[in-house]
Amino acid sequence: MTYHVQIKVMPLKDLLDPQGKAVHGGLHNLGLNNIEDVRVGKHITLNINAASEQEAKNAAEDACKKLLANPVMEFYEIEMIN
Amino acid sequence: MKFGVVVFPGSNCDRDMQQSLQNDLGKEVIMLWHKDKDLSMFTTEDCIILPGGFSFGDYLRCGAIARFSPMMQSVIDFANKGGKVLGVCNGFQVLCEAGLLPGTLLQNESQQFVCKNVHLKTNDNEVLTIPIAHGEGRYYASDELLDELQENGQVIFTYCNESGSEDDFCNPNGACRYIAGIRNKAGNVFGMMPHPERATSSLLNNTDGIKVFSILGLN
Repeated sequence: MTYHVQIKVMPLKDLLDPQGKAVHGGLHNLGLNNIEDVRVGKHITLNINAASEQEAKNAAEDACKKLLANPVMEFYEIEMIN
Repeated sequence: MKFGVVVFPGSNCDRDMQQSLQNDLGKEVIMLWHKDKDLSMFTTEDCIILPGGFSFGDYLRCGAIARFSPMMQSVIDFANKGGKVLGVCNGFQVLCEAGLLPGTLLQNESQQFVCKNVHLKTNDNEVLTIPIAHGEGRYYASDELLDELQENGQVIFTYCNESGSEDDFCNPNGACRYIAGIRNKAGNVFGMMPHPERATSSLLNNTDGIKVFSILGLN
């Protein structure tokens, strides 16, 4: 069965995120002054062929640990869709 | 001492490195395609260089995908056996992703790609002028790790001003503790953001890069 997995990868909370800072500045220039903070991350979707939801989740976890996220600068959250 | 220069799709300083080593330092250089994995022509006295550029388009994170190239598996083995490895710019990012060097390189604090000459301080307090060209060169590691790097003498180059001191303007990317280059604990793997290969010819009006190779024991 194919499992759909969504993965959120975000810069660690205490790290300066220059991209978020730049977007924040842009939003201020648009007049959206009530936005206090912006952080920019990645949204990754995977379709995983696995025998069970747990197996799919393990594969996603493996992918995050080995390649999709770098724990020195990022954290990730895995969401199973189906 | 022989040199191998790894070429990834998106490397763009590989030829500069080859020219510099061959023509200016008189070294033997073998170019290594990332899909190959044979390093049998090298001994641990030799050096493998990961050049600058944008391997795999900097997709996902700089250096993250290059780290899984077949040649990188051989380079990791080579380094673990004590062979010398130098990563410059994108090569430094690949070494951090591969776990051969600690820490990581984040987007410049200024959000700008910075391309200019900077001053570097060596551990002997000599000031060198070497060009940089990067958008993600802000060295970052935890405070504990930074302390450890400094205590072990693993910080090999720091950004400084012309007179060799640190000020608000000499750090081009916001790197933690002005760090421009580090080495591993064993002392055989080096990574640096500045480009020594762009400063080894009097025709380019700067030969400080030759000193960098000498300091690293590669010349």
